[in-house]
Amino acid sequence: MPVIETKNLTFTYGAGTPFGKTAVNDISISIERGEFIGLIGHTGSGKSTFIQTLNGLLRPTSGKVLLNGRDIWAEPKKIRAVRFKVGMVFQYPENQLFEDTVLKDICFGPGNMGLSAGEAEKRALKAAKAVGLTDDMLPKSPFELSGGEKRRAAIAGVMAMDPDVLILDEPTAGLDPNGRDMLLKQLSDYHRVRRNTVILVSHSMEDIAKAADRVLVMDSGKAVMFDKTEKVFANGGELQKIGLRVPQITEITLRLRKDGYNIRPALTVEQAVRELLPVMKKRRAENG
Amino acid sequence: MHRLDPRVKISLTFLYIIFVFVASNYQGIAVIALLLSAVIMSSGIPFSQYLKSLKAILFIVAFTSVLNLFYGSGKVVWQFKFMTITEGGISNAVFVAIRIVSLILFSSALTFTTSPTQLTDAMERLMKPLKLFHVKVHEIAMMMTIALRFIPTLLEETDKIMNAQKARGADLESGGITQRIKSLIPILIPLFISSFRRASDLAMAMECRCYHGGEGRTKMKRLRITGLDIWAVAFSACLCCCVIIFKVRFPAALR
Repeated sequence: MPVIETKNLTFTYGAGTPFGKTAVNDISISIERGEFIGLIGHTGSGKSTFIQTLNGLLRPTSGKVLLNGRDIWAEPKKIRAVRFKVGMVFQYPENQLFEDTVLKDICFGPGNMGLSAGEAEKRALKAAKAVGLTDDMLPKSPFELSGGEKRRAAIAGVMAMDPDVLILDEPTAGLDPNGRDMLLKQLSDYHRVRRNTVILVSHSMEDIAKAADRVLVMDSGKAVMFDKTEKVFANGGELQKIGLRVPQITEITLRLRKDGYNIRPALTVEQAVRELLPVMKKRRAENG
Repeated sequence: MHRLDPRVKISLTFLYIIFVFVASNYQGIAVIALLLSAVIMSSGIPFSQYLKSLKAILFIVAFTSVLNLFYGSGKVVWQFKFMTITEGGISNAVFVAIRIVSLILFSSALTFTTSPTQLTDAMERLMKPLKLFHVKVHEIAMMMTIALRFIPTLLEETDKIMNAQKARGADLESGGITQRIKSLIPILIPLFISSFRRASDLAMAMECRCYHGGEGRTKMKRLRITGLDIWAVAFSACLCCCVIIFKVRFPAALR
């Protein structure tokens, strides 16, 4: 059963005014429980607006968002409950930290859910561990942490609500390559252990290729592609037309295919090695 | 009006506002109305814009003029128990309404036709004499420019933080007054922190470009008085003289 479904979802900023701008245009998709979805699109393609309609921060101008089969706006008064089920990590989430200790800040979400202090703390500790915060950081003020650690603390703050769907808007932006790989790996691990749904918005095709099962491609408010990661990235030309790229290694394998090598397009370097080694061995044998 | 020197515009606006209060009879206020329409017409801003700026103060205008209706002396026009409305009271009400409205319209005309930078530039120049009293005029002007510049940025930031906290289940809309004030904490603290960070970043960026205060600083856009400015001043001076003459010649309507 799909965990999130959108039906003809449309959102227009300033609807009804001459300045109205449709940021999300008639998107109908369905996301299964336990999937890892990558969401790509160039700046201004409506990604951020789209994900904000999924957890009820923005109310769609028309169309529906179904969470576990129920329209989230059926009872507008209970929209907060939806936000606990669909956790959202915004861009640069470290800007939202405010409590005097890291632990308290991570407890803010679970506390708002009405959990007891003990239960909230239990969840917070689990979430902190999932993003790799060590115990000695928890009693510190969030403002003593480094940028990457702050980012982790903020992500833990959303994870601690234990949402069915976790949406992350460019969680790796501004991190160094090391921090970025680590965070991505922790996200994948978290996803594998919890078996919940993750939607990752990113400008890094490499990140998406590594982590996502399926990729949703958006262009000027429309969902132009929604398919298995390898299928989407096999369409290098299509992606380039809307101002996106494929991962470098995919690009290489695609060009080799064009030159007549019989290999499948690869998403990661390891895959490419696996594809290319037999071809090279065969060639060497032929050349004697 | 866009082409007038901002210093002249500020000074004239002040002058007009003073004369709105100097005028105390209908003849005088007619001159002010003439002046006001001249200003509005020459500004080239659609009248609907002016109406919009009036909308916010409509309630205050109505409230104060109704209150003023009951104060004043002169011939009794209408009486009901303890409430009496006199001729003087009616004049009072009309004058208060006209005064507030023209106050807003004059200052709207100023802000509609002058960019914030021009405004602060002109302020800096006009306040220069205060340097004699060791007032840091340039610093004040710079602070005003920066404050104005960052209003939209801060609004955007507030919006982002509010969304982020809402996504974590912060309840901003319901609860009693104490509950609501408490729910502002998760928004205000990050906002303060990011403002401080922004401020120190900006200070750093300014110092990197060798900013060191007003001493010896030259201007890219120098303010110049042109023929147009002289005409505007002359025109305004004439009308203001009229107001004074009318004030002396005719009896005051306010009592």
